[in-house]
Amino acid sequence: MSRMLMGTSQVAEPFWKGTEEKILRVQFCKDCGKAHHYPRNFCPHCHGENLEWKDASGEGTIYAITVCHKPGLPTMAASVPYAVALVDLAEGPRMMTNIVGLEDVHTAKVGDKVKVAWEDAGSGKNLPVFEIA
Amino acid sequence: MTYKPSDFRGKVAIVGAIDAVSPTGVLGISERDLEVQMVKGALDNAGLKVSDVDGLFGTGMMMPTMELAEHMGITPRYTDSTMTGGSSFEVHVQHAALAIAAGMCEVAVVYFASTPRARGKGLGDMSAMMGMMDPKNPMPMVEWEVPYGNLMPSGAYSLAASRHMALYGTTSEQLAQIAVSTRDWASKNPNARHQDPITVQDVLDSPMVATPLRRLDCCLVTDGAGAVVLTSAERAKDLKQKPVYVLGAGTAHDHSMMISEMPDICTTPGVISGREAFSMAGVTPNDVDVVETYDSFTITVALALEDLGFCEKGEAGAFVADGRLGPGGALPTNTNGGGLSYTHPGMYGMFLLVEAARQVSGQAADRQVDDVNIAVAHGCGGVLSCTSTLILGTEDAL
Ligand SMILES: [Zn+2]
Repeated sequence: MSRMLMGTSQVAEPFWKGTEEKILRVQFCKDCGKAHHYPRNFCPHCHGENLEWKDASGEGTIYAITVCHKPGLPTMAASVPYAVALVDLAEGPRMMTNIVGLEDVHTAKVGDKVKVAWEDAGSGKNLPVFEIA
Repeated sequence: MTYKPSDFRGKVAIVGAIDAVSPTGVLGISERDLEVQMVKGALDNAGLKVSDVDGLFGTGMMMPTMELAEHMGITPRYTDSTMTGGSSFEVHVQHAALAIAAGMCEVAVVYFASTPRARGKGLGDMSAMMGMMDPKNPMPMVEWEVPYGNLMPSGAYSLAASRHMALYGTTSEQLAQIAVSTRDWASKNPNARHQDPITVQDVLDSPMVATPLRRLDCCLVTDGAGAVVLTSAERAKDLKQKPVYVLGAGTAHDHSMMISEMPDICTTPGVISGREAFSMAGVTPNDVDVVETYDSFTITVALALEDLGFCEKGEAGAFVADGRLGPGGALPTNTNGGGLSYTHPGMYGMFLLVEAARQVSGQAADRQVDDVNIAVAHGCGGVLSCTSTLILGTEDAL
């Protein structure tokens, strides 16, 4: 798929830096021990500010999934139908993503185990997507 | 001394209601002119004048209530342009009821006009949002959801529907029945955009938009406008219409436009707003005669019925499958034809209010439900993000 980032935030710099090496990173809170996504300057669970970045396992489970038959972005018009999912990472946080590498795009389902894959997003960065594990 | 919500039960009433909708979907009048028409029309329905208005509630760009007040020569002593998407107007009624009960204003108008058809744009156009953005500090949604191309808003609701189906066995046929029952109501409404009855098979045969939701699971995009007038219970007694008392109100939100941030995609904040509204009103879902509930998509209705307590979590599919929501059914729902078949100008909440007020005050023409004492108007804004629940009733319900 043709990929484009429309902006990356300062707080997420370690995340996007990691994607250059195809490493998925997640923020952890040293106060309450929980992980979160999307990146913030504080922990959304306990509001502490004592955070660290860790490499994630890249493993997850499909929480919800849809197949878009019309493009949500003009740049993805040639890719329909494609699967958009919410994936629960093994570390806890949930993220929106695409499920890729499916012979039949409609076969991926809620509860399927997935692992991270990468698509070129320009400027050396990669966009984390997932494929069936 | 402190107050509790039930202290304000029935202190304020909706006394006027109007809307403007065309079967073509197009009104051909500017939003500002529609707002003026709706404010004047709702006041006329109530038997009040523009000069009576001292509270103004509305949505729009920048400073909406200030702009309309300037345009109409109104000088409100209470003003509110809270924006929670499609539930804004239920929130406005909640706020207006409290303001009137506290004596901070006496005659409040809640208004809305939107002409997406004139603008020639559907929903989900992200380009305006992109243009306003600082690329070094993008909105979280732009950084973490937009790159995946989820169709908005339908894709967000489809994600919810997919999980509801996986967890509870809800079927496309069951969701389709919601669209069918709603269309049956629309066939009684000469202003509805679509009035020809449909079948479950018609819904299943309509083009897939974002699995599992098809075209006929999705709301319309039409022009539309409306307004309601509220005043104190005392003053309501002397006006033209049967007062529609605000018995209960509750509002809650648990995320904004990022569906990935919704704590439980099958459970909306309607659990909270509904609990608060029913508790304030001192009634239960069993006491409700008519439901007007946000139907941006069929799944929106299913989740609301569960979260408000009309059925258990996970059971909405079976609950609606017998046509219970349609004309002659046990739980008349979206009796004007809803956002699915009547009108949906981007935000639908105003039309829930207008129809609930008409049903309670006996102004619903051919689709009037018999013996309505209590109605629910339940708005849902964002992507299942902010719900606002109103319990409305007749004098007998006080
Ligand atoms: Zn923490």
